[in-house]
Amino acid sequence: MNEARAVAPAPVDAGATAGLLEVAGLVVDLPGSRGAIRVVDGVSFDIPPATTVGLIGESGSGKTMTANAIIGLLPEGATTGGALRWRGEDLLRVDRRRRRRVRGREIAMIFQDPLAALNPTQTIARQVGEILRRDGLARDQVRRRVVDLLDRAGIPEPPRRLNNYPHEFSGGMRQRAMIALALAGNPALLLADEPTTALDVTVQARILRLLGTIQESDGLAMLLVSHDLRVVAHVAHQVVVMYAGRVAERGPTATVLRRPAHPYTRALVDSVPAIRTRTALAHPLPGTPATPVNRPAGCAFHPRCPLARDRCRTEQPAVRSVAPDHWTACHFAEEMADRV
Amino acid sequence: MSETLLEVRDLRVSFGRRTGPPWRRGATREFVAVDGVSLDVGPDETVGLVGESGSGKTTVARAVVGLVRPDAGTVTVDGHRLGPVGRRPAALQRAVQMVFQDPRSSLNPRMTVAAIVDEAWRTHPVSAPAGDRTAALHRLLDDVGLDTSVARQHAGELSGGQCQRVSIARALAVKPRLLVCDEAVSALDVSVQAQILRLLVDLRVRHRLSMLFISHDLGVVHQIADRIAVMRGGVLVEQGPAGDVLGAPRHEYTQALVGAALELNTES
Ligand SMILES: Nc1ncnc2c1ncn2[C@@H]1O[C@H](COP(=O)(O)OP(=O)(O)OP(=O)(O)O)[C@@H](O)[C@H]1O
Ligand SMILES: Nc1ncnc2c1ncn2[C@@H]1O[C@H](COP(=O)(O)OP(=O)(O)OP(=O)(O)O)[C@@H](O)[C@H]1O
Ligand code: SF4
Ligand SMILES: [Mg+2]
Ligand SMILES: [Mg+2]
Repeated sequence: MNEARAVAPAPVDAGATAGLLEVAGLVVDLPGSRGAIRVVDGVSFDIPPATTVGLIGESGSGKTMTANAIIGLLPEGATTGGALRWRGEDLLRVDRRRRRRVRGREIAMIFQDPLAALNPTQTIARQVGEILRRDGLARDQVRRRVVDLLDRAGIPEPPRRLNNYPHEFSGGMRQRAMIALALAGNPALLLADEPTTALDVTVQARILRLLGTIQESDGLAMLLVSHDLRVVAHVAHQVVVMYAGRVAERGPTATVLRRPAHPYTRALVDSVPAIRTRTALAHPLPGTPATPVNRPAGCAFHPRCPLARDRCRTEQPAVRSVAPDHWTACHFAEEMADRV
Repeated sequence: MSETLLEVRDLRVSFGRRTGPPWRRGATREFVAVDGVSLDVGPDETVGLVGESGSGKTTVARAVVGLVRPDAGTVTVDGHRLGPVGRRPAALQRAVQMVFQDPRSSLNPRMTVAAIVDEAWRTHPVSAPAGDRTAALHRLLDDVGLDTSVARQHAGELSGGQCQRVSIARALAVKPRLLVCDEAVSALDVSVQAQILRLLVDLRVRHRLSMLFISHDLGVVHQIADRIAVMRGGVLVEQGPAGDVLGAPRHEYTQALVGAALELNTES
């Protein structure tokens, strides 16, 4: 992992309005054996203050790369384009010191696999307290603050847990420890990459509730990355739907789910397996998700799209507004029948 | 033919588990992973097995296909009692086939799809086609929604969804009665997951298959199961028609599972 170098800015679409973070035409290129691979291709959305934005898409759609670009942890050799406007500065262009300062204190991240993200040789308390010690807090102040953070993350009897190592925690408890660690620097934006994917449903529900509570009480902004529309729908105020490294659609959660303005979103919504309805298998999409390596020309979704026609095969649809705050990258969004 | 195709009675499976820290040898304790499970799957019926991680679902599946030896209890298919794999009559071994979660690691990436299916036929020669094998292979691929050109490809070149179709084709090749699917769609993208579930539902009708369908995702199980059985801590806590178990769960653990399951609210 290293900080990526910025290259020439990509054209920015007009989609971004004032936010805490404005992601504007973000491009991420990764080195490949046959030249660079554009894994994030002109992604724009914004995260308003105190708002949860869900980033949804199938595997390889570029969700993690987008989040990693924001936190500044891209793989070796990655290059970036576009802009990440954060409180008046472009995070793609600040120096390393400033970048490191932002990471943890202004923007923090929690990961799918806390065991991989936590240091196995240090106690949970030591890791949660790390940033506090660096800030020069006295020992007993650090201890008090760590107990408080673990308590907020829902770890029972925190004083008794201070000497525990990560392997002594269950999966759900580790994720809570990750949350405590992320909150330690008092960030304004929390990035959560599949934070509940590895957890059982009952634990998942509790962690999502916890994130929701913290988001509200602290007025945090949150980017929740998930491949599961059910998770995103549950907690996000707004959603961004990605397909093959690009934004397919974005808007307020309720609008996007009830009146999708992109055939891909419609298909995702329709294939969600529910326990109240038995409709997920009625009209499965053909084919498999497109990858950045093999991105079809024109609209990347066209080989699987029920509405596709000639124009879709040659002309990449621009992201355009269909209603206030509701954006789609489909030439023919207006033809989508309303849900009955 | 009997009323039930698969009959599991009082199944108990335990493992030796070390107790102390990893560097201290010796101390192991018996750990009961499955404790007195009884379960039936009728002809043409799909039974969903749900429960949280570690509840014993996979262990039940492995006992049914004969990959673990139970301490007690019986597994009966079509009235014949199953012994462990290896000592099981070939016809019975053939009758129960399994599809696993990770399509990539359950297929040899260097084998072609044709070779994978051929291997299944060589293991169970009675199921091998009498005439033209290529034509039979193409019919099989067509049956699982794969283009016949896939026959020449190596498993490693296929997508996750294609691999899972090959796994299903390999299972179907030997004409089983019961398909045991252990988290068979859990690793797939939701759009591909819907395709594979749809395929399983169609195949079930076309081939008169019974299925034991294991998943931790209640929503997924609901799409396919006639009946649902719920496991917790090695014990079956509730079973019944899918609509009843999910719509009006009786056991408090099932209630907690159903209560925690997330749904999409798309009603305006
Ligand atoms: N370290 C890497 N080197 C090269 N390519 C990579 C690397 N990591 C990811 N990719 C590629 O970048 C693309 C985007 O990956 P990314 O991890 O952002 O997807 P994702 O949407 O998070 O998917 P998932 O749901 O599987 O986590 C993928 O096609 C992937 O193959
Ligand atoms: N070979 C083994 N040796 C020792 N313990 C085992 C073995 N296989 C399974 N177990 C234990 O048995 C219990 C049940 O495991 P099993 O894999 O059946 O659960 P599961 O319900 O399939 O869980 P998951 O949803 O995580 O797949 C677990 O506690 C597991 O650790
Ligand atoms: S632009 Fe064309 S192919 Fe793309 S989603 Fe719209 S209709 Fe489908
Ligand atoms: Mg990811
Ligand atoms: Mg299992």
